[in-house]
Amino acid sequence: MTAAVSLTDVNKVYAAKAKNPIYAVRDFSIEIKAGEIIALLGSSGCGKTSTLRMIAGFEEVTKGAIRIGEKTIHTLPPARRGVAMAFEGYSLYPPLTLRENIAFALKSEKLGSAETNRRVEEIAKLLELTKHLDRYPSTVSAGQQQRASLGRALVRKADLYLLDEPMGQLEPQLRAILRGRLKRYLREHGLTAILVTHDQTEANALADRIAVMEGGFLQQFASPAELKAAPANLFVGTFIGEPPMNVYEVAPAIANGRVSFRAQGEELFGYEPGALSDTVMAQLAKQKSVVVGVRPADVVMKPLNGGSGATAEVVSNQWIGDQTHLESAFGDGVIVATLESRFPARTGEKLSIEVPPEKLHVFSTEGPALAHGSRLAEQGAT
Amino acid sequence: MHHTTTGEKILRGVLITLALVFFLFPIFWILLMSFQTNAQILRIPPSLFFEPTLINYTSLITGELQTAAGSLKLEFMHNLWNSVILSTGSVLISLLLGVPAAYAFARYKFRFSEDIAFTLLSFKFAPPLLVLLPLTLYFQAIGLANTYIGLIWVYQLITLPLILWIVRGYFEDISPDIEHAYRIAGHSWAKTFMKISIPLARPGIAAAGLLSFIFAWNNFVFALVLASADKQPVTVGALAFVTASGIQYGQIAAAVVISITPTLALALFAQRYLVEGLSLGAVKG
Repeated sequence: MTAAVSLTDVNKVYAAKAKNPIYAVRDFSIEIKAGEIIALLGSSGCGKTSTLRMIAGFEEVTKGAIRIGEKTIHTLPPARRGVAMAFEGYSLYPPLTLRENIAFALKSEKLGSAETNRRVEEIAKLLELTKHLDRYPSTVSAGQQQRASLGRALVRKADLYLLDEPMGQLEPQLRAILRGRLKRYLREHGLTAILVTHDQTEANALADRIAVMEGGFLQQFASPAELKAAPANLFVGTFIGEPPMNVYEVAPAIANGRVSFRAQGEELFGYEPGALSDTVMAQLAKQKSVVVGVRPADVVMKPLNGGSGATAEVVSNQWIGDQTHLESAFGDGVIVATLESRFPARTGEKLSIEVPPEKLHVFSTEGPALAHGSRLAEQGAT
Repeated sequence: MHHTTTGEKILRGVLITLALVFFLFPIFWILLMSFQTNAQILRIPPSLFFEPTLINYTSLITGELQTAAGSLKLEFMHNLWNSVILSTGSVLISLLLGVPAAYAFARYKFRFSEDIAFTLLSFKFAPPLLVLLPLTLYFQAIGLANTYIGLIWVYQLITLPLILWIVRGYFEDISPDIEHAYRIAGHSWAKTFMKISIPLARPGIAAAGLLSFIFAWNNFVFALVLASADKQPVTVGALAFVTASGIQYGQIAAAVVISITPTLALALFAQRYLVEGLSLGAVKG
């Protein structure tokens, strides 16, 4: 039976006594419910793998506490933590076949050979590995090795499953299939899992909640939908979403209830009275300068004579198979829009850009979010 | 793709033959000498054709050396036995100490770890004569002079750094996550070391053990100074063939053949390990 997990003010400092200590993880706190799947998402060096390895027991916790259920585990050796882990580098034992590698993880459970075989076969079937079970790691592809490493973790009974980039080496088609299967398996068995990934699609597909990390700090811990709809700060706003959010540093000017976001004297976005809530307007009135963010999917492009927004000039128009990517010169920079259908705009054509008020994200220039549409952001509200 | 031309193939064959002749001719010549009497060896001009004799081998094995000046007692077989004890003992102790130490140096970065590892390696650079005089005095004072234990201890200067550095490189090449995967599955550190790390480093350990055995076997200076006749290995024992009635070339050749046989056999037997161990370990470029 898996358990709830909590990390409280966890810090990891390398070379703590050196002149320039390296802070890999700083004041990291999250609570994970039993049976929940969470993802640690961030770019390379953000501290996600260090966090995972501290939970596994391969890195010492410099400060803070890690608990699984009622048990404080960060002082225990890895063998006694009750966790299973799939490694990014596969780490299969070369002299053993994939079957033996997966079964090897069950040795400490002292099962009979029939039960061991049953469990290995079950996992192999789940991960499309049955045909390769009797081959050695050196004779199979990186993707097959990675699946065996994942199988070695899943075959065990543990309180917590740590999956470090478990699908990084898989082909896109297989990845999509296995993502679904893995999630179903974790759900059906009620397993608590922490997934480390830099792939947003994987995190969105598998995780109930995502912890976005950067520079060793937890930036936001929320559901995929919440991360997209209400990013806590500019980093999360621009990190989450593909293509990334369009951002512009602007000065908000309020006159007669109308708000105008201007960059170098030119209005980029303007909203009539009542479009934004009074609380948001009051927050904007305090700001000299803010950063506004617009997701490409939320940009509304209209012919120049049919729209009332600022003008943008089309730079490129690409149909990428299932959507249009439209890049246009806008203000001092560019604005990227995505549309679900083909959009008949030629390069050089001028279009009107509009963003519905409920889709506008406003951040302070220091980073924290101030408002999402008409809703004040949590930081903005305090 | 590069295609080898016939000319290149011939050139390669000639170069390989030259290299083989260069390295194997001395062994071949010594082998021939070991089946000849001193008179046959010293005749002018030398000849490849002679009537072979086993007298050199029988005199080594029986311990009776017949010279022009009379019969001499030989301790060659005893020297050979001493070499086996000293080399095997030294390598075993070095493996027991060196393999865990190599693992520690490979896996854990502790204060002064590099300095300690380099200091141990520097023992190989120091001229043995530098330490021999103080060692002799100390050994006499603590009763270790002319003992197997004392000699094996000193031989650690030869074998331990070699094992430490080769095996360390080998451990560094093994992904720590292979060990982590075993540990997280409920096994202790010690069990992981014994069941995962050592078996994976086996080719490196074998290569290091083999090389250090050869170095220990070939050592001359330590045993010359620190051991008297009953503890001397073959390298020092061979001096007995320089007799009052001349140098016994035939017996020397037979002694060389007998004394290189164990190391040659080991090297041939473990050739694969040796190549693998040296190409993956610390000696790699």
